[in-house]
Amino acid sequence: MTYYVILEGVIAFLLVAGGAFVLIGSLGMAHLRDFYMRLHGPTKATTLGIGCMLAASMLYFWVVDGKPDAQEVLITLFLFITAPVSAHLMAKTGLHMQLRHVDKTQGRPFEMRDEEIGEKPVLHPDRGHG
Amino acid sequence: MLDTALMFSLAMVVLALLLNVYRLAKGPDMPDRLLALDTMYVNAIALIVLMGLWLNTKTYFESALLIAMLGFISTVAVCKYLLRGDIIE
Repeated sequence: MTYYVILEGVIAFLLVAGGAFVLIGSLGMAHLRDFYMRLHGPTKATTLGIGCMLAASMLYFWVVDGKPDAQEVLITLFLFITAPVSAHLMAKTGLHMQLRHVDKTQGRPFEMRDEEIGEKPVLHPDRGHG
Repeated sequence: MLDTALMFSLAMVVLALLLNVYRLAKGPDMPDRLLALDTMYVNAIALIVLMGLWLNTKTYFESALLIAMLGFISTVAVCKYLLRGDIIE
């Protein structure tokens, strides 16, 4: 019997931790002062929070059904792979649009190549546009 | 214990969604709104997972996977549009 009590405690802890991380991520996004700071909250804290919640769900249905299921692992894996990619793209978009930033945000990374800004089309090294 | 934890977690996710709506409405620039929308996708997945636990069913996890895929694709598409002025060149 104590086995199930311990498992219930673990699942409850994972649920509360997931909710807390999701809330902290969204709070950071709503509260911080420029876009480059705001990018930190959702990309790290929220991803960890949803990972905790999916682990709790997986554990719960494992205990209830008696056999593990790959569905939650699939969602977790997909989110963990795609979150850095979309964060990278959004950071690049912010740099390209040259958004305002506070002085505490270090680095002046506005020197991008022409092909990244899209000023003029870059010819293919072999074929050109032909 | 599990019911209390579930209610607590649900309240925090709903609060996070409200904060996302605030940033979506206020966000001074386009990437801010895009970031808010991307976070809303992730929070919607969290809400669906919690609903699955609440109703004790696994039916809705396919929709969570679908939302994850569509959210990623749409974020990439809007980023590409803002970066290059075109989605498929």
